[in-house]
Amino acid sequence: MQGLLAIWERELKAYFISPIFYALTTVFIFIVSFMFYQQLGNYTGYFMQAAQYPTLMERININEMIMRPLFNTMSFVAVLTLMPMLTMRVFSEEKKSGTIELLLTSPVKDWHVILGKFLAAYTLYTVMIGLTMIYPLVLQAYGDPDWGPIWAGYLGLLLLGGGVITIGLFASSLTENQIVAAVICFGAALILWMMDVAAESMTGTLGEIVGYLSVLRHYNTFEKGIIDSTDCLFFLSFIFLGLFITVRSVESTRWRG
Amino acid sequence: MIEVKNLTKKYGNFTAVRDVSFQVEKGEILGFLGPNAAGKTTTMRVLTCFMPATAGTARVAGFDTFNQSLEVRRRVGYLPENVPLYLDMRVRPYLEFIARIKDIPSRDRKKAVNRVIELAALEDVENRIIGHCSKGFRQRVGLAQALIHDPDVLILDEPTNGLDPKQINEVREVIRSLSGDHTIILSSHILPEVSKTCERVLIIDRGRIVAGDTPANLDARLRGSQSISVQIRGPVKEVMDLLKKKDGVVDVKTRSSLGESLWQYDIDIIPGRDLRPELASSVVENNWDLLELTTAGMSLEEIFLELTTQEEEVS
Repeated sequence: MQGLLAIWERELKAYFISPIFYALTTVFIFIVSFMFYQQLGNYTGYFMQAAQYPTLMERININEMIMRPLFNTMSFVAVLTLMPMLTMRVFSEEKKSGTIELLLTSPVKDWHVILGKFLAAYTLYTVMIGLTMIYPLVLQAYGDPDWGPIWAGYLGLLLLGGGVITIGLFASSLTENQIVAAVICFGAALILWMMDVAAESMTGTLGEIVGYLSVLRHYNTFEKGIIDSTDCLFFLSFIFLGLFITVRSVESTRWRG
Repeated sequence: MIEVKNLTKKYGNFTAVRDVSFQVEKGEILGFLGPNAAGKTTTMRVLTCFMPATAGTARVAGFDTFNQSLEVRRRVGYLPENVPLYLDMRVRPYLEFIARIKDIPSRDRKKAVNRVIELAALEDVENRIIGHCSKGFRQRVGLAQALIHDPDVLILDEPTNGLDPKQINEVREVIRSLSGDHTIILSSHILPEVSKTCERVLIIDRGRIVAGDTPANLDARLRGSQSISVQIRGPVKEVMDLLKKKDGVVDVKTRSSLGESLWQYDIDIIPGRDLRPELASSVVENNWDLLELTTAGMSLEEIFLELTTQEEEVS
């Protein structure tokens, strides 16, 4: 257990020392801020119009019009595009520098090493996502958003991010080349994203299965403000499976040398 | 302390180590000697539980490296050939991190770190970023890392690789000071390295142990016949006849002509006898000129080369 904590802490410090985390967070916040500004502009414009036609007023919903598109952007930018860059170094760097030999010959269980690294990346991801709490707080200051769907959206983001991080860890454990690891992770995550589109063109059981595997479909329920145990279970098993194959992959590194 | 039985390790079709068996007693320093890619690192990686063996067993301190891997890892300090350093960390925090993953209880951690910093003489650089340290310091940080949990067994893969002569001496000093309490295996492809620090040497080539003994015995056992090389100016035929007649001479060959009637002769003699004074006086008695006289015994280096190249001819 001590080993797991030590690895978590070292990994976190390494992220904070290197410029990767700062660069990613800056880009992320910049894009999300831009989206928030856009949505806010649209919303106020719509609100002006609605002031003249009282019937439209009923359809105005601050959650639907600002937060939901924002969650959409965050999932796309933070999770799909930036997570591969956050996780690509996790094992690749250790393989390249030879420190993997140190970790794997220390009295620490393999899955402790992997869990420690997962939790470090996850902590950073949570920090990144946490920074965006400023937007609902701004809405709260000037309006009256419903916090229920907002919390549901954040829960969805956390679950989705966890899943993609495990793909990143797995990809990174396959190669000592960070770029290759990032590409594998991005490709795999993109395929999971597009399952939704693929499912639409399929019929019958196959379509149902593919649709069920689409991460976007499960994530969308959270965006709508619904916390469904099916979706929670989907993401939790996704994370578990990702961690499991990463452990296996690291073990196989031992056999192959 | 260490017991290796019929160890074989294959990477796909390539056999890195084949059927290797050896034992190391407590407190002994054993040297692995062999050319690059001989299987030294692979053997060490099996012993440190980095990778499992394809066949055979390895036991360290009574624990099996495969089934009781965590117990073995707790008792082994390992310095890989590529020193495993996080270049962006400072020396002391790095060692503290190692202390944690080596399962040293928190109350002893500071003491353990201070101990190895002193042992590896790292006081001057303890707050420096490892990436900014010289190669010699990095090697010593690596050594400190391996020693931090005061392991029973130390496995050092080419510990003096790439250091300058002064640094090599320093690292050797540290290693020698550790013998007795620790069982040490170190590898090298450089001979003096091994013969100076180790009590016993295993020569490994192509995944096999081709010889194993103390450096002195190995030297004596493999030396075989000795030879003397002389340069004499005089009639070749008569010189040859005279040399061949000498007691103790096994064979005489001319190696090369160095000028008019000046020849270089290689004389094989029975080991253990020094024929040089006799040869010198008989040459002078015959009024020939003696220009050079040297013994050409095989050095460990030659033995090593011979052993490892013979192997090549066989396969």
